[in-house]
Amino acid sequence: MRGFWHDAASRLRRNPAAVAALLIMLIVMLLAVIGPWLNPNSTDALDWAHVAASPGLASAHWLGTDRLGRDLFVRTLAGTRVSLAIGLVATLVSLVVGISYGAVAGYVGGRTDHLMMRMIEILSGLPLIFFVIFLTVIFGRGSALLFFTIGAIGWLTMARIVRGQTLSIRQREFIEAAIASGAGTARIIVKHVIPNLMGPVIVYATLTVPQIILFESFLSFLGLGIQEPRASLGTLIAAGAGEMEAAPWILLVPGGVLAALLLCLNIFGDGLRDAFDVKER
Amino acid sequence: MKPLPTLQIDNLSVNFAGSDGPLAAVREVSLAVAGAECVGVVGESGSGKTQLFMAAMGLLARNAAVTGSVRFEGNELLGAAAPLLNRFRGSRLSMIFQDPMTSLTPHMRIGAQLAEVLLHHQQMTRREAWDLARTMLERVRIPDPLRRLQQYPHQLSGGMRQRVMIAMSLLCNPALVIADEPTTALDVTVQAQILDLLRTVRADFGMALILISHDLTVVGSIADRILVMYAGRIVEASPAEELWRAPQHPYSAELLKCVPTLSGPLLSRLATLRGQAPLPHEVGAGCAFAPRCAGATEKCRRERPALSGSAVRQVACHFPLSA
Repeated sequence: MRGFWHDAASRLRRNPAAVAALLIMLIVMLLAVIGPWLNPNSTDALDWAHVAASPGLASAHWLGTDRLGRDLFVRTLAGTRVSLAIGLVATLVSLVVGISYGAVAGYVGGRTDHLMMRMIEILSGLPLIFFVIFLTVIFGRGSALLFFTIGAIGWLTMARIVRGQTLSIRQREFIEAAIASGAGTARIIVKHVIPNLMGPVIVYATLTVPQIILFESFLSFLGLGIQEPRASLGTLIAAGAGEMEAAPWILLVPGGVLAALLLCLNIFGDGLRDAFDVKER
Repeated sequence: MKPLPTLQIDNLSVNFAGSDGPLAAVREVSLAVAGAECVGVVGESGSGKTQLFMAAMGLLARNAAVTGSVRFEGNELLGAAAPLLNRFRGSRLSMIFQDPMTSLTPHMRIGAQLAEVLLHHQQMTRREAWDLARTMLERVRIPDPLRRLQQYPHQLSGGMRQRVMIAMSLLCNPALVIADEPTTALDVTVQAQILDLLRTVRADFGMALILISHDLTVVGSIADRILVMYAGRIVEASPAEELWRAPQHPYSAELLKCVPTLSGPLLSRLATLRGQAPLPHEVGAGCAFAPRCAGATEKCRRERPALSGSAVRQVACHFPLSA
């Protein structure tokens, strides 16, 4: 039984870079989940005997400590977990909202489509950072707000992509055949349009995760995102940037993890795109 | 009293909004299809044969404007709300499309697609629907139906997929099946099998069949009655044998001449029809065929002939042949 997914998966397996990226990502994710139990230190315990200690196996701090003596290995993994969670949740939100919004706009078309697309344009015209600062001032800082803001912008591009795909799928004859078989609009969108646009959507979603992680890090770096003592890759990098000359590892450890994660996600996304992006059989 | 026709189309016109005014694809067409009758519709590309029935099915593009009336089993379909249309479409009134390669949803197994129609239109469990789908695949003579149900459309050949489409159109015991060029996308040998299958299922299921084609031989091999369309109008309506024997409209006669025969000289040139079918905006006040007609007179260019004749046979020509 060789279906569409099967073919894509076998093409993906033949792409060594994508497979390696996937493996590294899985290892990082696994570490982010189970990591804290591997090391005796906790994320917010201060070790005054080892302040800004350099990495090494001599002490229990494998990747060194920051200027308050907190263990970098544990904090980086906890930060990775937060960053990944935000990336995944926000991508999921953008998938759900973007797919339903885009598919309805593209399939229904006409005036509805116009109205829905103009709304997206207005939303994407808002200066984002200004928007975030504004919201922070009103509601105060918090991770719920962060999820909301990132989710609120993440779906815009997704909706556009889905609408574009829907427009082309709507022209295909199997849609006409479905109408001729008496299927209603909702049924056609759910059963015949959405499953057929999953290829590009999945690819785009894979490329959205790093974008969102980066954006979250950026917000946290500016002090608008996750707050101390909680850590995300962005706050860790922000803290490290201040000690760059005296203790570069405080910057390099979370920075390295972020860079590796983003690189892997992008390579994997590219691999997925190649795997799905074949000419129609 | 005559029984109610299965499909009755009255004065149907289809206009497309073009950049410079409306384009008429179908012009004031009226026709009736009785139960268990097979009607062939022949015409060149652009003659409006497909648009005529797309209008009846509510499948026209958004920029189309339809006037007239389409009654199916006594129900007006034109302007009907989608829920009413959807009660008929796919169950009592179904359609077979030209290209079986693109008419099946690529991500669904054959069985799931067939079952979906049944689950949608009839109160049935999934199990019953799959069973019926398998029986139907057997009836359209697909070998090893259990395996085919589990396969995806791209794993089937073109002829096989058209059989699946035919099976799908028959699932809910339709009163009328509209087949729009069902064999055009297929190899000649497969064409013959599909036509043969259509003939058989029509006998088995006793439904009315409308067969749309540009190929007179395809239509002639099955249809009881043939409608010849030209530039959006019916120019001749006739029982099939009589059309073959003695066409009355010059256009029908020219079409018949284009059919290659096995008895003629082997290397003779195939007959072709002079000129091109007019574009919708080129049709003037007179007979649309006049510019290509050898027997056209001043009257033909000035005045459009109406479709007239006996109850069984009508022609739209001022000077019908062999009349």
